[in-house]
Amino acid sequence: MAVLFAVWLGNAHALDTTALQNLATGDNDARIAAIEALVVAGDVAALPVIQALQDGALQATPAGQLLIVTEAGATDAVTNQPLANIPKDAARITINNRVRRALDAALVAFKLFSPDSTKRLEAAQQLSEGDPILLPLVQKALTSEKDPAVRAALELAQSGMALQSDDSKQRLAAVQSLANSAQEATKTRLLKLLEKDGAGQFAEPDANVRAAAAKAIAAIEQRLKIAEYAGHVFTGISLGSILLLAALGLAIVYGLMGVINMAHGELLMIGAYATYVVQNLFKTHLPQYLDLYLIAAVPVAFGVAALVGMALERGVIRHLYGRPLETLLATWGISLILIQLMRTVFGAQNVEVANPSWMTGGVTVLGSLVLPYNRIVIIVFAMLVLCLVWLAFTRTRLGLHMRAVTQNRAMADCMGIPTGRTDMLAFGLGAGVAGLGGCALSQIGNVGPELGQGYIVDSFMVVVLGGVGQIAGTVYAALGLGVMNKFLEPYWGAVLAKIMLLVFIILFIQKRPQGLFAAKGRAVEG
Amino acid sequence: MIIERLPQLYGTKGWLVIAAFLALVCVLMPALYLAVPEDSPFHVPAWLITLLGKIMCYALVALAMDLVWGYAGILSLGHGLFFALGGYALGMYLMRMIGREGESGSELPDFMVFLDWKELPWYWAGTDQFWYCALLIVLAPGLLALVFGYFAFRSRIKGVYFSIITQALTFAAMLLFFRNDTGFGGNNGFTDFKRILGFSLADPATKATLFIASGVTLILALLLCRYIVTSKLGRVLTAIRDTESRVRFCGYNPLPYKLFAWTLSAMLCGIAGALYVPQVGIINPSEMSPANSIEIAIWTAVGGRGTLVGPIIGAALVNGAKSWFTVAFPEYWLYFLGLLFILVTLFLPQGVMGLAQRLRSKRNT
Repeated sequence: MAVLFAVWLGNAHALDTTALQNLATGDNDARIAAIEALVVAGDVAALPVIQALQDGALQATPAGQLLIVTEAGATDAVTNQPLANIPKDAARITINNRVRRALDAALVAFKLFSPDSTKRLEAAQQLSEGDPILLPLVQKALTSEKDPAVRAALELAQSGMALQSDDSKQRLAAVQSLANSAQEATKTRLLKLLEKDGAGQFAEPDANVRAAAAKAIAAIEQRLKIAEYAGHVFTGISLGSILLLAALGLAIVYGLMGVINMAHGELLMIGAYATYVVQNLFKTHLPQYLDLYLIAAVPVAFGVAALVGMALERGVIRHLYGRPLETLLATWGISLILIQLMRTVFGAQNVEVANPSWMTGGVTVLGSLVLPYNRIVIIVFAMLVLCLVWLAFTRTRLGLHMRAVTQNRAMADCMGIPTGRTDMLAFGLGAGVAGLGGCALSQIGNVGPELGQGYIVDSFMVVVLGGVGQIAGTVYAALGLGVMNKFLEPYWGAVLAKIMLLVFIILFIQKRPQGLFAAKGRAVEG
Repeated sequence: MIIERLPQLYGTKGWLVIAAFLALVCVLMPALYLAVPEDSPFHVPAWLITLLGKIMCYALVALAMDLVWGYAGILSLGHGLFFALGGYALGMYLMRMIGREGESGSELPDFMVFLDWKELPWYWAGTDQFWYCALLIVLAPGLLALVFGYFAFRSRIKGVYFSIITQALTFAAMLLFFRNDTGFGGNNGFTDFKRILGFSLADPATKATLFIASGVTLILALLLCRYIVTSKLGRVLTAIRDTESRVRFCGYNPLPYKLFAWTLSAMLCGIAGALYVPQVGIINPSEMSPANSIEIAIWTAVGGRGTLVGPIIGAALVNGAKSWFTVAFPEYWLYFLGLLFILVTLFLPQGVMGLAQRLRSKRNT
């Protein structure tokens, strides 16, 4: 570590020699003063010395020469020149806990200048409660800091330090600048100002500052609230887009053939496993393009799931037309077989599908809200899939046939539409969309044989709520259920929220038994 | 009038079969279990009594399913919920009967002690009385079915829509019961029962009694269902199954008919669950999993819908196969079950009963 910093610092060596002298020969009080002086001077070149002192690698001679002695050899702490031999009278500088505390603070302060931005952020956050003596250092860091997150944290630290100032004007300015923050920690810090001690005295003596603090707290609270709601909306839309991917195929097939495919969840699972297989192929054959595996996995997941779906339609479901309840049972049987098949092939344990590097991490908005990239990608992906399905529905011959058969199968048949072929292709399309959903799911959750089971009930509810025959119903229902779910969860917990939603759906279909968007026309029930 | 119609429910052959079944369940099996020494080849081991008792409970559920699916055309994918509710109702009584013999040595059930609860929640009040729990066994599933059914049938939800909503219902209930805060033992449910009505559950005589009770209840339920489906009410139900809209046009309101069959079916499931729990010794939320409820449908389908006797046979066949498979080839059971679902719906829409009938008519011609 010390070596690394030495390299990074280059030859910038103009250390405060008196401070160093005090480190070498002074008592503990003098050492603490020396450390503080080094920190306030803000000279990062002092970092190796301080690090060495903490590591117990700093030695001194009675003459006042400072050496850093590591396994690699000894260097002169002041000139940073390697020494051929260690002076006989050099002894390790022993420190007590007070010195160690001062050292810790100093090291945090110096971390502000680390080349690693996450380290800088960490240091800046630690400093928000820091000793005002470090203020010059923070200000110095601010002049060179480019990363917005670190800048924000630094500004916060700056104001936090200013709050400890004796000058009430400075404190007032600090409180006012803190009002722009959107962090829970800032609120806690400001609340401290309004606390009373045992004697009934406010922690903050100046009434003006207190009033400003109360105002700032209100502003921060409002901002936090907005961030919280925005977070609910975001996770809700994220959940909704997953539900959409899961339910879209189900709704298409239900609208077209009037059957519920209980194996639909397993098509999701197949899509996820297809992604897993593609990932492994990339790992073994194209490790240099591993980050791109997901792009290759999308068509594979679609193709595999669509093929399985078409095989199911031709092999089983076709023979059960007009018997929707039996279809339900038969497709459930298929799902059992598929689950067990995956257990046999890939094992009962979850398999690992890693995010490509460009999907890890997230973007911070509104101060405290982190939007993970993988969720954002999935939302965009779901919208893309939706657009493509919509195009397929409205702009292709297959889509025309599908809409015709959905409206009136017998009539469509009379008009020469190959209903059998349309069924097969539509089933393939629905299954393929489920495969895409599985590919998306693999990026945010576990991939295991039971993956599909977790989503099946929810996606059925989307179909029930949305109604059939129009894509719009599915979209509104999926997003609506997702967002509602996330808004209810904090108040009632995940389980009760789900139950409330179910009750809501049952009550809703009292009003509109056909769902949000019923197919218009004179459809006759049997 | 009821007495008059009773003998007409089945023909001579039918009554003979029922009598034979009752003799087997009430006399022969318990005698072979209790009176014959263990080393005798005629001894019936305790596990067999438990297994058969369990299967009879399942058969009762399949029968209840047939009443709604076979006769009213309502495929429920949530009957496991009613079964579990009945089981939980009796389970509450059994938990109270453990008394201070539980691990914690407290009056409260063990799981409440672990949750640091100081007193019973309000809905446990009165559960130390057998009669109250016996009422709950039919009322809890019955009321739930009544309310749910009323809203569902009123808005004319039917077919697959109804099926998946019942599935969601049992799924939601399962999640609810998984929570520790719900007050029904969370994940682990109820277990470690000691006695029922003062009789030890470990006692062979108690086991035999429960076994007999299951058999007798099954036959009584069969006769009740048979009575209903051969009555005028049953005719209307069948008509609703075949074409609900025409029944409506004829001036009937299908709602009360469907609601009656649906609620009765749920109550029968509750009774089955209550008979099941003391014999198996455990009830937990996994009984409410959607997969369990769908399995009930396949028992009915294998036996043959709309025959009442068929589902009983179907439940016995599938569960017999399950106990054998899960011991012999555990990893192939799901393949077998899955294939069963597919093959029965594709090739045996009338189930075993239909197959038997077809063979018989082939022989006659």
